[in-house]
Amino acid sequence: MLRSSTAGEKEIEVDGATVGDVLRALTSKHPATESQLFSEQGELNRYVNVYLNDEDVRVLDGLDTEVSDSDTVMILPAMAGG
Amino acid sequence: MASGADLIRQIKQGLKMADPSEVHDQLQNGRNGAALIDVREQHEFESAHLPGATHVPRGHLETRIEGAAPDKAQPVILYCSTDNRSSLAADTMQRLLGYEDVTVMTGGITLWKDRGYEVEVPRAFTPEQRERYSRHILVPEIGIEGQLKLLDAKVLLLGAGGLGSPAALYLAAAGVGTIGIVDNDVVDLSNLQRQVAHSNDRIGVPKVDSAEIAIHEINPDVKVDKHNVRLGADNVIELIEGYDVVVDGLDNFPTRYLLNDASVRLQIPVVSASILGFDGQLAVFDPYNGPCYRCLYPTPPPAELAPSCGAAGVLGVLPGVMGLLQATEVIKLVTGAGEPLVGRLLLYEALGATFTELKVRRDPDCPICSRDPDSISDEEMGVFPDYEAFCAGAG
Repeated sequence: MLRSSTAGEKEIEVDGATVGDVLRALTSKHPATESQLFSEQGELNRYVNVYLNDEDVRVLDGLDTEVSDSDTVMILPAMAGG
Repeated sequence: MASGADLIRQIKQGLKMADPSEVHDQLQNGRNGAALIDVREQHEFESAHLPGATHVPRGHLETRIEGAAPDKAQPVILYCSTDNRSSLAADTMQRLLGYEDVTVMTGGITLWKDRGYEVEVPRAFTPEQRERYSRHILVPEIGIEGQLKLLDAKVLLLGAGGLGSPAALYLAAAGVGTIGIVDNDVVDLSNLQRQVAHSNDRIGVPKVDSAEIAIHEINPDVKVDKHNVRLGADNVIELIEGYDVVVDGLDNFPTRYLLNDASVRLQIPVVSASILGFDGQLAVFDPYNGPCYRCLYPTPPPAELAPSCGAAGVLGVLPGVMGLLQATEVIKLVTGAGEPLVGRLLLYEALGATFTELKVRRDPDCPICSRDPDSISDEEMGVFPDYEAFCAGAG
């Protein structure tokens, strides 16, 4: 869903110490993703699911979850097509 | 050279024999760990056998007995129709296979019945069914028992479109006894790029009727329950009640939430898939045994971020892949084989040819499945915080 906002790229390398840093790095690289990921108050939109590797960050420390170099942060879109 | 009758007489002298009354007592007392083996032919076993007996025909004894009685120290009771074949089998097991405690039931099932003891008459397949499902019956994880479960199963397909089409065809082929279909669309030319249950000469025909024709072309035994209606809050409970599994191939968010809430209330597992472009998602939502759809997606995205296949397109093969993964999960749920995709989300990305698995946890604060199923009211079902705005946006 976000690919139209990242010039079609589906994997992007960014730096950051936490999941929140990583997402912020993404939005500064591709500003069009900002409004899709974050509310005007700067919170992660409720309909955005973010995973660190295979685990939902909601069961970790949310945006404060620490990340290391080899980790993958995945933004999961809900889809309803059938 | 001894005659066959002499040989059997001689063999019996070296065997432990037990009267049906002793075997009956032992079975009543929980068998004391003994395996009860029927060594007769398939058709004899199918016409009647002792309750709890395992079938190992004498002709397959050497290759199959270890499956039925893996521990050679375990007591084994053998029977046939009298006690000749079981004695020959017992002799083989004792002398050649190293079984330590083999007993033959005197007089076999004939004497057992004469004594007035109960027998089990299993449901049998027709010769046509035995042939049709032979490749399932050969797979140990399905076998006769699993196939009978499939024949008894009632599966509801929500949508007879991209996902519902391949699921319908393969579930029919697999012998699912009753397939319900909910869809209020008619077949359109633009559907045929992916909706393989329909065909060129059925354009304009209601999808439920078209799918029924396709199902019966593959397997005329399947009972098809057609519901040419749109799934809504007013009919969801009535539609899904009584089904063992629901296959979610719906094409919009509001009905996916509605289905979730109703299926949690009725505690019916849902095999859910969704597709868009080159991406597919698959999960099994088994109420109270795993997370529900709301645990995974607490709120739907706004309409502008939730394009439909109609608006954004989809690779025609993709719903085929995802619909068949759904059919596979249905068969696993019905037969109890394998590990269903509960608490996991499988992502398929066709361009990169990658599968990714994510964990899905139950949300302890889930507005639906954290509660008692009976407390979920009609008014709440399918409702989410921005429901009105969402529907207005979706048009």
